[in-house]
Amino acid sequence: MGLALLVVIWLITFFSTYFFAAKTWWLPHGASTSAPWIDHQFGLTYIAMGVVFVAAQGALGLFAWQYRDRGSASKVEYSHGNTKMEVLWTALTAILFIGLNLMGSKVWADERFEPAKADAVPVEVTGMQFAWYFRYPGPDGKFGGTNPKLVDPSAGNEAAIGLDTSDPAAKDDVVAGTMYLPVNREVNLTLRAQDVIHSFFVPSMRFKQDAVPGLAIHMHFTPIETGDYEIACAELCGLGHYKMHGMLKVVSQDDFDKWLASREAEKQ
Amino acid sequence: MATTATVHAHAAPQGFIRKYIFSLDHKVIGIQYYFLALVAVFVGMFLSLLMRIHLIWPTAVLPLVGEIKPETYLSLLTMHGTIMVFFVLTTAPQSGFGNYFLPIQIGAPDMAFPVLNMLSFWITFLAFVAMIAAFFVSGGAPLHGWTGYAPLSALPSAGPGEQLGADLWVISIAIFCVASLMGALNFITTLLDLRAKGMTLFRLPLTCWAWFVTAILGLLAFGVLLSAGILLLLDRNLGTSFYVPLVVVNGQVMGHKGGSPLLWQHLFWFFGHPEVYIAILPGMGVASQVLSTFARKPIFGYKAMVYAIMAIGLLGFMVWGHHMFMSGMSPYSAFAFSIMTMAIGVPSAIKTFNWLGTLHKARIRFHSPMLFAIGFVSLFVSGGLSGPFLAQPVLDIPLHDTYFVVGHFHLIMGVAAIFGIFAATYYWFPKMFGRMMNESLGRIHFWITLIGTYAIFMPMHYLGMAGHPRRYSQLTELAYLHDLIPVQQFMTYAAFITIGIQFVFVFNLFWSMFKGPKASDNPWEATTLEWTTATPPPHDNFGGHTPVVNHGPYEYSVPGAPRDYVMQTDPVTAAAH
Repeated sequence: MGLALLVVIWLITFFSTYFFAAKTWWLPHGASTSAPWIDHQFGLTYIAMGVVFVAAQGALGLFAWQYRDRGSASKVEYSHGNTKMEVLWTALTAILFIGLNLMGSKVWADERFEPAKADAVPVEVTGMQFAWYFRYPGPDGKFGGTNPKLVDPSAGNEAAIGLDTSDPAAKDDVVAGTMYLPVNREVNLTLRAQDVIHSFFVPSMRFKQDAVPGLAIHMHFTPIETGDYEIACAELCGLGHYKMHGMLKVVSQDDFDKWLASREAEKQ
Repeated sequence: MATTATVHAHAAPQGFIRKYIFSLDHKVIGIQYYFLALVAVFVGMFLSLLMRIHLIWPTAVLPLVGEIKPETYLSLLTMHGTIMVFFVLTTAPQSGFGNYFLPIQIGAPDMAFPVLNMLSFWITFLAFVAMIAAFFVSGGAPLHGWTGYAPLSALPSAGPGEQLGADLWVISIAIFCVASLMGALNFITTLLDLRAKGMTLFRLPLTCWAWFVTAILGLLAFGVLLSAGILLLLDRNLGTSFYVPLVVVNGQVMGHKGGSPLLWQHLFWFFGHPEVYIAILPGMGVASQVLSTFARKPIFGYKAMVYAIMAIGLLGFMVWGHHMFMSGMSPYSAFAFSIMTMAIGVPSAIKTFNWLGTLHKARIRFHSPMLFAIGFVSLFVSGGLSGPFLAQPVLDIPLHDTYFVVGHFHLIMGVAAIFGIFAATYYWFPKMFGRMMNESLGRIHFWITLIGTYAIFMPMHYLGMAGHPRRYSQLTELAYLHDLIPVQQFMTYAAFITIGIQFVFVFNLFWSMFKGPKASDNPWEATTLEWTTATPPPHDNFGGHTPVVNHGPYEYSVPGAPRDYVMQTDPVTAAAH
């Protein structure tokens, strides 16, 4: 029985570790400035935890076999523990865990403590059951007012977020169901939700943030590769949660300007 | 310390109803809780099987259930989570085994408040009935997840199941909280006041320490959830706005304004995180007890274990914000919650180290309880080590609300805690029912459950790393999920096998209850007080006398002792410490 435990525990450890180490499934391709930092911290944590995992499971399997009851051949060490070992182990764990944490803190601080740069592209993201809408302030650089009474989800875009067209600042606002961003420029996000909590999740941008009714949450990230990236909702928001997805198209600055201009033209 | 323990508060009842239904005997109540949890775990497991079937055969029409629509899937996961957390993981290890064995292990004739004890069981039962009723009301069970985030949970128009079903869900949880508060008071008082002579705090079995600290956690946590639930009911039915700001649902302006959705999250997780430890601490206690017994060796670092349990209990109340790193909470507070969360990993690591230390240079007997205790340690390590990933706010950016989280908490507070329940069942069954469980069936149950649970829950980490969000009823909408469907299929097949083998356990349980070989008073040659009394124990636990405790709880292989264990009540000799 001891041998069986050793074999099974070691095999479980081997297979679990193999699929991590072989990166059979891994973080999706990262296409934002923060991706390398986050992935680095992930890798570091993964190695530290991987070593502890293999060591602990390895010891568990080994002890089960080595110290199985072999009748009179087994000698039990009568011991209530070892304070020195206990202190050493505690200190090592504390250093490892807290150390890892502090290393990750800088990345977090860069992501979340600093506001967006002045030249960032402002985009307002609104989540509602079960769609994302993206608003660009237009040439005036100002988001116009919205009015809950004007919300009409079935009409889509401007009407879906209840854009108040009587507000002069709202006249040039562009609302789209697909997010366009210029590459290598920071985006200054304002996240809102209309009904329940949603979570704006763009795996390739290493970006996730809940959109909460009643709050305007300011965030930023910088895409560094052109391409199409899927947007998911990561907070349970109702029966259509699974289909609340969108597309982020990261394009050149020129293409971005052209797209925005054409949307402005459509509004006139 | 009690001086009145010789006087038992109530005589043994004679009628069937007072003996088995409205019993005041903590042993009967413990068994009632256990069977309630057994029913609940099969309901919860059935729901999870339906989910797993739906994920890989989304259009399948199932017998009894019919077609599973997206909202049905969300109801299944809501009810699965709620039933498992409250009626299984809180009920069996603490209220079930704790009720039965805490008084006996401390040498008391019963709980301090037998009537309160009976009430807390029947109120829990009522809560379970209310929860199950949510399936059968118009609109069905709620779809807001076991975490019930507002405003989704606060707005009846936010989705199917959010009407009467959601009210029943909140009411059931509120009732459950009341029962748990009563239970917690009873446990705390009993442990503090009814210990036998000589049963000092540092002679308590680690199971008692775990039940005691769990009860304190329950006392502090369930009150908060109860209040939060009442506020939610008010928001839902009386138009208050504790959790709901001005919102527009499908073009309709709701009547609320000014409420805070984050308030619910803070209150919920102030309960919810300690709840994780409420589920796992008793399992840790059982694992310690069983490992020491079958290793024939004192537990390694008894005092360190006690302090670790206390540290986990204390820190458990300071980490709730780590569920909210992506919620819009201040990013600065994330720092504090993150450090605290990493800190709570330290006592958890101490416990693991001490379990391994207990096995080192031991003489291990591999009976079913021991197999499950070793499985517990393995699962605790596996589930625990994904914690330091999720404790870092920056890694929550890719991992929060993905399958990585689902894998993490299922391994540690789901399956590890369940392994604790299995270990406790195989270990104490002989004492509770007077017969032995079948060892061969126990082993088959262990091997397939161990391999099966790893096969189900380890791949969830891979899915999570790949960005697979949790709580998705269909995998067809997001293109990047398509490649992950084979992993989901593998998990469903593993779930079929693992769930199937649980019927072997149930068969073994009931068959052994009537047909198993008769158990002696101390079949495992263990040391704690429950093994000093008759099997099954008499109504007053010790047959009219009160035990006197002379030894610590885990005196195995004491040099010079006549046999390889010294029971807690054995007389003091020169050989024993």
